Amino acid sequence: MFRNAFLQALREIRRNLMRSLLTAVGIVIGIASVIAMVNIGKGASKSITQSVEQLGSNTLYITPGQRRGPGTRGVIEKPFKEKDLETIRSSVYALNVISPVESAYMTVIYKEQNYRTSIRGVENEYLQAQNWNLAEGRAFEKNELRTGQNVCILGQSVISNLSLDPKSIIGNKIRLKNFSCEVIGVLEVKGANTFGADQDDVVLVPFSLFQRRIGGSDNIHLMMAAVKENVPLELAKTQIERVLRERRNIEKEDEDNFQVRSMTALLDTISQVTTVLTVMLGAVAAISLIVGGIGIMNIMLVSVTERTREIGIRMAVGAMAKDILVQFLIESIVLSGLGGIVGIAAGMLITFGVATWLDIALVIDPFITMIALIFSMVIGIVFGIIPARKAANMNPIDALRYE
Amino acid sequence: MISLKKISKIYGSGDAASTVLHEIDLEIREGEFVAIMGPSGSGKSTLLNILGTLDVPSRGQYAFLDTEIGSLSPDQRALFRRSLLGFIFQGYNLLKKTTSIENVEMPLIYQGIDSKTRREMAIEALKEVGLEDRLSYDPGQLSGGQQQRVAIARAMVTRPRILIADEPTGNLDTKRGHEIMELIRNFNQQGITVIMVTHEDDIAAYASRTIYLRDGVIEKEVNHVS
Repeated sequence: MFRNAFLQALREIRRNLMRSLLTAVGIVIGIASVIAMVNIGKGASKSITQSVEQLGSNTLYITPGQRRGPGTRGVIEKPFKEKDLETIRSSVYALNVISPVESAYMTVIYKEQNYRTSIRGVENEYLQAQNWNLAEGRAFEKNELRTGQNVCILGQSVISNLSLDPKSIIGNKIRLKNFSCEVIGVLEVKGANTFGADQDDVVLVPFSLFQRRIGGSDNIHLMMAAVKENVPLELAKTQIERVLRERRNIEKEDEDNFQVRSMTALLDTISQVTTVLTVMLGAVAAISLIVGGIGIMNIMLVSVTERTREIGIRMAVGAMAKDILVQFLIESIVLSGLGGIVGIAAGMLITFGVATWLDIALVIDPFITMIALIFSMVIGIVFGIIPARKAANMNPIDALRYE
Repeated sequence: MISLKKISKIYGSGDAASTVLHEIDLEIREGEFVAIMGPSGSGKSTLLNILGTLDVPSRGQYAFLDTEIGSLSPDQRALFRRSLLGFIFQGYNLLKKTTSIENVEMPLIYQGIDSKTRREMAIEALKEVGLEDRLSYDPGQLSGGQQQRVAIARAMVTRPRILIADEPTGNLDTKRGHEIMELIRNFNQQGITVIMVTHEDDIAAYASRTIYLRDGVIEKEVNHVS
């Protein structure tokens, strides 16, 4: 019975090909968008995760200030001092390196050209923590760091924007706002970070120079630390917290007035955000599936009315109500199922296109593909049942008489 | 084979109630060829529908092969029609855009016969009505007479005990009409009981017995000696 009903349904769809195609378009669009949304969402999430991991999953960011709710920015927090850094550096064995980081946005001038970029006061450990090597020249020397001498290391974007030659610029002086500094090194290309910011758009100067010439105080607002390999991030975090609580005289019952954050925490946040986005976009797409289902119901109702006489004939030759029900139900399932299959193909094509275009990971989730196919058939059942029941409940005499 | 006892059919209720059939008594024996005649509104179509189990009487007993039809559910009646009855109609009632062979195969699908046997049986039935060269034609490509032959093939392909014919020649000219009647007579001579509604005397003349209906009651019965 089902095989015949299936063949019959295919024949019926072919008979009204144009109408069937237009009806199925709703399902195709719905399924295609669900597939595309979910797969692209997953691909984006995977790409972000990968690049965050590249950024350093063993990096800790130590900042002053409590974790607060939104809207409480601008509160002046008690910054760290040189001594905090030194204490952590000498007493937290879980850490590989730690460096203060301070940055400002300023104009760099070389000869006739100027260029606005990020000036970052760091120590050599910053490069280690970032896993960043020099393409040319050398890193800061100990005494340069201690006394804050006017030396700097340029990022590749600064080099290209000032049209400099990375080799011959070494030893020359560039001007920053109110002082000039000698270029001692050029960084390797690092590219854009997870959020699309150009990491090479930077000039590194000794931290003490930054404090003296730009920051104007001995405050530290960010310390970046790399945890030793095979040491759990949490352990390092706890150790740092203990040291800082002591140094900042925090009572046992009081909360930290500083934060130690890791990229993994960021990763969790990002994956949460992308999951929510994926679910939301998927849900919006699912609504279009319901619209598609209503389209199917509409056309099936028209089809049942049009074929009233056929239903009468079938009943006269001995079709039971359930035979008629199954026939129309299978027709709507086949219609929506075919729409689903085409939709899956279209969704995969869209995923592929977008993944290539946005340069994100290509993920085809087999689970969502199965769900989509089953769901499209379920739509066929749900929205096909009313027309099918209408057909099955017809009175054969009235149906035969129908003009 | 068929026994109607005090069959009444009443449509509507209360003051709007109209009695279409009034206490009809009728016996039909196996192998008979019965014509039902009468002016429009006489209730002949309603009687035919009841005989064909498409409809049930409001009152009275209809025993078909000792089965009380009135007590059957619609699905049970469908099974009854499936195996015992064949129908032909004035308007042929073929499925549109469906080939002759598919039209004839349709009742066999409900009998659960496999597709190969189905095809063979359909071709055989179409041969019997002389349409072996029109197997893949749509009803739209066939003349009225040819369409009615397809309808007869569809009715007979299941080898029913009774053929119910509702004005089978009503849409046809005299010549085609007689051709169709020859076919029907042929099947009757093979032992199939035929019950036919018509309002043409020369068509009714094919029957062995004619029942005249007027205002829901049997006015007279005429037996033809052939």
